[in-house]
Amino acid sequence: MAFILIFITAIFVNNVVLSQFLGICPFLGVSKKIETASGMGAAVAFVLTIATIVTYLLQKFVLDAFGLQYLQTIAFILVIAALVQMVEIILKKVSPALYQSLGVFLPLITTNCCILGVAIIVAQGTYATYGIEPNLLTGIVYAFSTAIGFALAMVIFAGIREQLDLVEVPAGMKGTAIALVSAGLLAMAFMGFSGVDGGLKVLFGL
Amino acid sequence: MNNFKILLNGIIKENPTFVLLLGMCPTLGTTSSAINGMSMGLATTAVLIFSNFLISLIKNLIPDMVRIPSYIVVIASLVTILQMVLQAYVPDVYDTLGLFIPLIVVNCIILGRAEAFAAKNGPIPSIFDGIGIGLGFTLGLTTLGAVREFLGSGKIFNFEIFPESYGMLVFVLAPGAFLALGYLIAIVNKLKA
Amino acid sequence: MKKLDSTIGNMAIVLTVVSVVAAGILAYVNQMTAPQIEKIKAEKLSKGIKDVLVSGAAPVVQKVDTMKNEKGDITAIIYNTDKGAAVQSTDPNGFGGNLTILVGFDEAGSIKGYKVLETTETPGLGAKASTWFQKDGKGNIIGKNPGEKELVVSKDGGDVDAITASTITSRAFLRAVNAAYKAYKSGASCSAPAVAADECVNDSVDETSTCSNK
Repeated sequence: MAFILIFITAIFVNNVVLSQFLGICPFLGVSKKIETASGMGAAVAFVLTIATIVTYLLQKFVLDAFGLQYLQTIAFILVIAALVQMVEIILKKVSPALYQSLGVFLPLITTNCCILGVAIIVAQGTYATYGIEPNLLTGIVYAFSTAIGFALAMVIFAGIREQLDLVEVPAGMKGTAIALVSAGLLAMAFMGFSGVDGGLKVLFGL
Repeated sequence: MNNFKILLNGIIKENPTFVLLLGMCPTLGTTSSAINGMSMGLATTAVLIFSNFLISLIKNLIPDMVRIPSYIVVIASLVTILQMVLQAYVPDVYDTLGLFIPLIVVNCIILGRAEAFAAKNGPIPSIFDGIGIGLGFTLGLTTLGAVREFLGSGKIFNFEIFPESYGMLVFVLAPGAFLALGYLIAIVNKLKA
Repeated sequence: MKKLDSTIGNMAIVLTVVSVVAAGILAYVNQMTAPQIEKIKAEKLSKGIKDVLVSGAAPVVQKVDTMKNEKGDITAIIYNTDKGAAVQSTDPNGFGGNLTILVGFDEAGSIKGYKVLETTETPGLGAKASTWFQKDGKGNIIGKNPGEKELVVSKDGGDVDAITASTITSRAFLRAVNAAYKAYKSGASCSAPAVAADECVNDSVDETSTCSNK
């Protein structure tokens, strides 16, 4: 039950893009077409989950164990950068088809702040409330759900932008301006989910 | 004179927030009030000045192929130092900015300036570029923060303009960040046209 | 000066040197700032206790009790001082996550003051909770005693006005205050039935007895 709670909270209530403001650059940058948006979403889901596992283990068994917490930022970003490279190389060898569809997005992911952000959130355990213990398993569920939330926001937003191309927009509002306003309305729609987590907690008896 | 031009270029012509649209995460995430936006802007400026300076100093010692990882190490170290200093001496700022401090590392502005400017220019112009772009970013964040604070709670820099109960709360919340920035960019577009 | 070539040797040396220098500098800065960070944390806590107990002189903390639920989550921390007790309490169902407050009680259990320590609220709203329930605020709770009558927002039949447009926060806040009161009372006598599920753990500074003391 706790996993379902994390899942729904991370996707709808605390959506990583629309309420936590992580990963805005790709959200605005590669959301012109539904196809590219879902590709980016999948790539992020993949890397985010792996990166969270690796950084969590790094934090627990290296940084915490030797009292090197102050190296967190530097270690995490290097691990993420190396990981992205590795995923790219492995994917190319193992599954050329998947590489074809995700490959272009991989280099962009290193500077996607939602990866580093989620890695830090999981390492600090700040995603946990009562009934949810911060450990590797819940961390992975949280990271994966967050990535799904990211993908969902990307795809919905791309759908809206595809429609936006067909309408007449005032000259000054063209491009980024109208995109941001649409994103604001989408964020407002997602605000409707707030409080759902509290209700679920009662429902699940946590 | 030349350095002065570099400075103005960053603040106006290549303003990171309104023109280049870089560093959107902190721009939207930390601007619930003018003072928060300004703190984030100044924190980023500090990192930017030092990273530009250091990278322009060591640029010739670094082989091209390991350029990016080396720059990232330099930037991440500077960010960590900033994080510790803020935590030790201005804990209030540290608490408000929270997660967005370590995330300065992945702010595209910093690596972008290292690549586009510091790697090609000397230390002194690089410092001016850092100050210019940094102040441009700070200006953008402070403006957005002020607009959101004003519309949302009737204050600017905590100075009350109209009673809080008339404020549109949504501007302090997440959607307001997108809306306010969208309209500000539209205004900038209009002025440029 | 000419740029170094991208040979394997050069690259390895440069990357190692950069990383080692960076780690060294960070270790040094960490050592410089660590004591200061600790000091600020301690100061913040003692100032918080002083503020919520509204006392001129700094209260002397005599005993610290930590309350945990059966899962081991910390539910409340009680700082017993010579001028009453300050209780830190968390409600998990605030708007978007935990809401942590510090409440000061006098001997009788009346609220002397409070402070919002941590909130996942939007900054504007969190700030509201820290003035709304104060003495000159609209939902004044200062001087009330949760033991006589539990604090509940007027919407739910109580007599405390909720913050405009944030009922969830107000409810969470009052739940945290009530929980703090219960923890304070049970800290004085651990067998109080209200918190039978809670287990008292004592990490007192100058006392080793567990929660049997009155």
